[in-house]
Amino acid sequence: MIKLFNYLDKKDVSRIVICIMFVIGSVWLELKMPDFMSKITRLVQTEGSKMSDILINGGYMLLCAFGSLAFTIFTGYFGAVVSSDFSMKLKKAIFDKVEDFSMEEVKKFETNSLITRTTNDVTQVEMLIGMGLHLLIKAPIMAVWAITKILGKNLTWSFITLIAIVILLSVIGIIMKIVVPRFKKVQKLTDKLNGITRENLTGIRVVRAFNAEDYEEKKFNVINDELTDTILFNQKKFALFMPVMYLVMNGVTLAIYLTGAYLINGALLTDKLNIFSDMVVFSSYSIQVIMSFLMLAVIFMILPRAQVSASRINEVLDTEIKIKDGNFDKKTKEIGTVEFKNVSFKYPDADEYVIEDISFKVGKGQTVAFIGSTGSGKSTLINLIPRFYDVTDGEVLVDGINVKEYKLESLMNKIGYVPQKAVMFNGTVNYNVSYGKSNKKISKDKINEAIKIAQAEDFVLKLDKKYEIAQGGSNISGGQKQRLSIARAIAKDPEIYLFDDSFSALDYKTDSILRRELKKYTKDSTSLIVAQRIGTVMNADNIIVLDKGKCVGMGTHMDLYKSCEVYRQIALSQLSKEELENA
Amino acid sequence: MPKENTRMPRDRRPGAGEKPKDFKKSMERLFKELSDFKRLILIACILAALGSILSIVAPNRLSNLTDEISKGLVVNTENITSITKEITDKVKEDNLKDKIVKILDVNIDEDVIKDIYTSNEINEEDKNLFKEILESHNFSSLNELPDSILSKILNTSYYDNIKITKEDKITLLKSSEKDLNIPESVQRIIFDDLTVDGIKISSKDQYEYLINLSSFSKDSKPEEIYKKIDEMPKSIQNVIKPKMNLNKIVGICIFLIILYLFSGLFSFLQAIIMANLSNGFANGLRKRISNKINKLPLKYFDKHLSGDILSRVTNDVDMIAQTMNQSLSSLVSSLTLFLGTLIMMMITNWIMALTAVGASLIGFFLMSLILKNSQKYFKQRQTELGNLNGHIEEIYSGLNVVKAYNGNEDADRKFDEYNLKVCESNKKSQFISGLMQPIMMFIGNLGYVCVCIVGALLTLNGNITFGVIVAFMIYVRLFTQPLSQIAQGLTSLQSAGAASERVFEFLDEKEMISEENTKALDKDKVKGDISFNHVSFTYDGNDKPTINDFSADIKAGQKIAIVGPTGAGKTTMVNLLMKFYEINSGDILIDGISTKNLTRENIHSLFTMVLQDTWLFDGTVKENVIFNREGVSDDIVHKVCEEVGVDHFIKTLPKGYDTVLKDNDSVSAGQRQLLTIARGMIESSPFLILDEATSNVDTRTEELTVKAMDKISKGKTSFIIAHRLSTIKNADLILVMDSGNIVEQGTHDELMEKNGFYANLYNSQFQK
Repeated sequence: MIKLFNYLDKKDVSRIVICIMFVIGSVWLELKMPDFMSKITRLVQTEGSKMSDILINGGYMLLCAFGSLAFTIFTGYFGAVVSSDFSMKLKKAIFDKVEDFSMEEVKKFETNSLITRTTNDVTQVEMLIGMGLHLLIKAPIMAVWAITKILGKNLTWSFITLIAIVILLSVIGIIMKIVVPRFKKVQKLTDKLNGITRENLTGIRVVRAFNAEDYEEKKFNVINDELTDTILFNQKKFALFMPVMYLVMNGVTLAIYLTGAYLINGALLTDKLNIFSDMVVFSSYSIQVIMSFLMLAVIFMILPRAQVSASRINEVLDTEIKIKDGNFDKKTKEIGTVEFKNVSFKYPDADEYVIEDISFKVGKGQTVAFIGSTGSGKSTLINLIPRFYDVTDGEVLVDGINVKEYKLESLMNKIGYVPQKAVMFNGTVNYNVSYGKSNKKISKDKINEAIKIAQAEDFVLKLDKKYEIAQGGSNISGGQKQRLSIARAIAKDPEIYLFDDSFSALDYKTDSILRRELKKYTKDSTSLIVAQRIGTVMNADNIIVLDKGKCVGMGTHMDLYKSCEVYRQIALSQLSKEELENA
Repeated sequence: MPKENTRMPRDRRPGAGEKPKDFKKSMERLFKELSDFKRLILIACILAALGSILSIVAPNRLSNLTDEISKGLVVNTENITSITKEITDKVKEDNLKDKIVKILDVNIDEDVIKDIYTSNEINEEDKNLFKEILESHNFSSLNELPDSILSKILNTSYYDNIKITKEDKITLLKSSEKDLNIPESVQRIIFDDLTVDGIKISSKDQYEYLINLSSFSKDSKPEEIYKKIDEMPKSIQNVIKPKMNLNKIVGICIFLIILYLFSGLFSFLQAIIMANLSNGFANGLRKRISNKINKLPLKYFDKHLSGDILSRVTNDVDMIAQTMNQSLSSLVSSLTLFLGTLIMMMITNWIMALTAVGASLIGFFLMSLILKNSQKYFKQRQTELGNLNGHIEEIYSGLNVVKAYNGNEDADRKFDEYNLKVCESNKKSQFISGLMQPIMMFIGNLGYVCVCIVGALLTLNGNITFGVIVAFMIYVRLFTQPLSQIAQGLTSLQSAGAASERVFEFLDEKEMISEENTKALDKDKVKGDISFNHVSFTYDGNDKPTINDFSADIKAGQKIAIVGPTGAGKTTMVNLLMKFYEINSGDILIDGISTKNLTRENIHSLFTMVLQDTWLFDGTVKENVIFNREGVSDDIVHKVCEEVGVDHFIKTLPKGYDTVLKDNDSVSAGQRQLLTIARGMIESSPFLILDEATSNVDTRTEELTVKAMDKISKGKTSFIIAHRLSTIKNADLILVMDSGNIVEQGTHDELMEKNGFYANLYNSQFQK
């Protein structure tokens, strides 16, 4: 938690100092009020006091109240500024960090968890700071100050207050001790309940097809009952809290008054009035002391939750970024070549290689296709080129230079990457197609051409000119998304195209037209294609067959069909012998 | 006692609440649903009201206590005047003169006079003086006589059995008004015993009091008087000292403790009842929602997002439960407190009551002004936060594209823009929500001071006692506190209204038509014929029918394939077969029996269905494969998995078949699909539906799986939906669908010969 406070800069620190001063001011004024209160009490009690005195003291008290209000408002203002600024900076830091993450780190955290860490967790910490600036500063100051005010005034009363604080804190402590672990359980059970409901909803057709409605409901009810019992248990314990608190507070006042009565009774006449006004003042201060301890208790209730959030944030911020930017950004001798030299890759903790000892070279204008069964490492291989992962052994060269030496920006400028799952951003079609920053500005004509080649023209034309694609492209279909995603790569005019199984959502007809058009347009560009369909790969200049991370065949369709067993099996599972041989 | 702040700060931002469409209606519905709990709610409300009434009574008692204690501060002036009168009466001239004459008992016998005249010790002058006095009978100037003569005429004597020595008499004579010096024996005679309020004041004490009294002047300050009183004899002090009725004080304290205990007990009981009630109600609601999910027709889920239903199960139900638990009873107790305090204040003192109400009103006027303005900031904050979170989600999930297209700068720019906007609106909304509490405090203090000042004025005029002021100090707090709680309670009641509207809207959704006059088909005896008889089907809200007048006869054991581009309506056929949707016209017959006469449950039991979605739930591999089937042995599970080809993979998992499957595990999409296929194959049924069941599996694995399935489904009627045309080439009947219509049907060869849509689709695989 403390580590995160490094994100507070000098300006924030000075704001916090101002905050502290305002809090001290407001506490001072708040504690000054009982003094005026007692003065007023005295004046009212003693015969012959002047009305003007009461008015003056009343005015002072009101002034104190107003001053304290003003100070608290200022504190609130600075608190809001500090916590909002802090949250802004922290979010920015996390966002920047995540942007630099490679896929390996993203995989480690999971995208959803990263989103939660950047949003909810930061909000938790922000709330603590917002509240903490007020309470955390105020409570101790208040407690100490109020204690010094009453300290030494009367031993019996101090003792009564002490006992009350001990009782309250132990009640809170015991309740918390019992309840807090169950809070976590409630959270878990709620997640579980959500999970089961989501399960039932997403698998509704399966559930119904298997007549498993009762099965799901039974599962739901078990968790539902457990959740209800746990919440009920907690609430029953909490039901004790308020009555005990009121009882203790009222009890303290009563005890002070009762002992006060005896003290007054036994005192000399001269002292009686003093003891009486002391009693009134003491009882209000003792409530202040108790209140400030309660405030502290509240903070300690929020603290654990914020602590968890803070450590989750720190996990992200402390992650070392594996992919380091290079500094090569000059012109290269070769253009449009990709070469793998004995490349192997495995995840840090894994024993087995995902890709093992792969070597090949693609020349300018050539098309290389990768085929293999699920989990054979095709996607991973292609992901090594834009450095989504870095190789474990060997090297990947683009235009004759190791990818690790490139400045990431200039490396990316050479590449047109189309992912397996099309990614759409909130914005117009044009924005999506001309996304990002490349060496040259993408003209309007270029965008239209790209859309045309990607076979997206017919549906794009149907859209409103100002048509905005919703977040994640939820308002267009999967195939449409994929076509726009391809158009995005075309508009960039890259040296090297990377298609990571990018045609899977298209039907055969669109697929083949698109590829034909693309071929015409990208004559000079190098293409690397990952695919499952034989039809997609069979016309490539070079086909690399992968099996369990190893290259088991390389060559043209006919070569492989004859020589490579794995390839032939894949091919035959899709097309008939005649079709393959005639192709 | 200031009671403010005793509520724990709640994590609820004011103004964030949404409003129901029809508040009254939603409340009516909510309370109708709660009718089972009517009695409990009533008890809780009564307890809450009682608790409030007790806390209103308490300040009154407390003011009595303060009054009793402050009685211990005021000197008993009544006794002072009565004592002073009695004592001064005793030394009034008339009676005193006679008494003194009697006390002195002057002896002027012939013998004594002679003795004086003849005495050598007495000078002539004194003798003459004595003579003068004797002759004039003016005894008041006796004191001018010298001791020598006095000692002759005064003798030790008894008065009322009190011995008065010669010396005492001389002292008495010598003492003057200025220098009062009365010997003790004489004191006893003059100041005979005085008993006030049962306390005996000795003659000595009376005498001392008299002396003290004489030292007062009209200008004496109270402090000086108090000091003098402290120096007075105990008996006098006891009489005139401030009197405190300790018994009464203890009595009030005990009464108050009992009151507090009861009030605490009431609120505890009330909280327990409400907790039981609200959780019971929430539990029931969730159960009903979960049950409802399985009763709704599938078409409902076409139009509603699962996230929306999910949020009804958790957020909305939670909202209702929370409101019931906290707001309902607090609303009742606040209202009681508010009205009760108002009445009590009016009864106690109407001037003070108006002061308190007036002061609070000023504050609330201020607050409502702020609240009105704050709404827009809260809304703005929500929107900006939504934008930022949306952007974060977008960039994180598309991170590879962002990187590959050097979109970082663009993403950063947008992020900074959104982030700044969130920060700005955050500052405003946080600041405003932070204003509430201090303003409430100020209102309390304002009321306090006003009550003090007005109270002091009234006390000075003698209209009220100090206790009334103390009572009002508390009333002001009690009065301002419920107002904000009522406002808070109403807002949360509104949110609960909106939440309950959503929940009940869902629970009121039309369920699937109930099935009557049903026949049942025995799964083991079904032959497997299916015929479609002029089936037409239109999705709700569509103009064009998705299936239009479709007829086909399918014989037992045939393999039917449905092909066509995405969105052509292939899955609709399956949905109709499974009776997930009701057909508009026509009929589907299984073994000659209309599906209209079969229960959905019966139909479902006849089909084994494997879908494209690899639906796995949070549970072990084994649980996922067995699902809801009972009495499935481990051997069967292993055998099926082996046949499907996942056995090897499962064995490599840490705990084998007992490994818990979670999202984002190392289980790939293909492996997930194989597990769902295994699930489908656990139990054999006469019909098999494969809806893109192998689309995530690579073609080689697919072939193996299909082979395994073929083995099991031998002799079964099967429906296969597939993208890959190679899989379905050997089907007995191929249904070709395009944009909602069955455009062609026949075998592969027939369709190829036709050279229509199918042939075109098929050939496109090989085009360059």
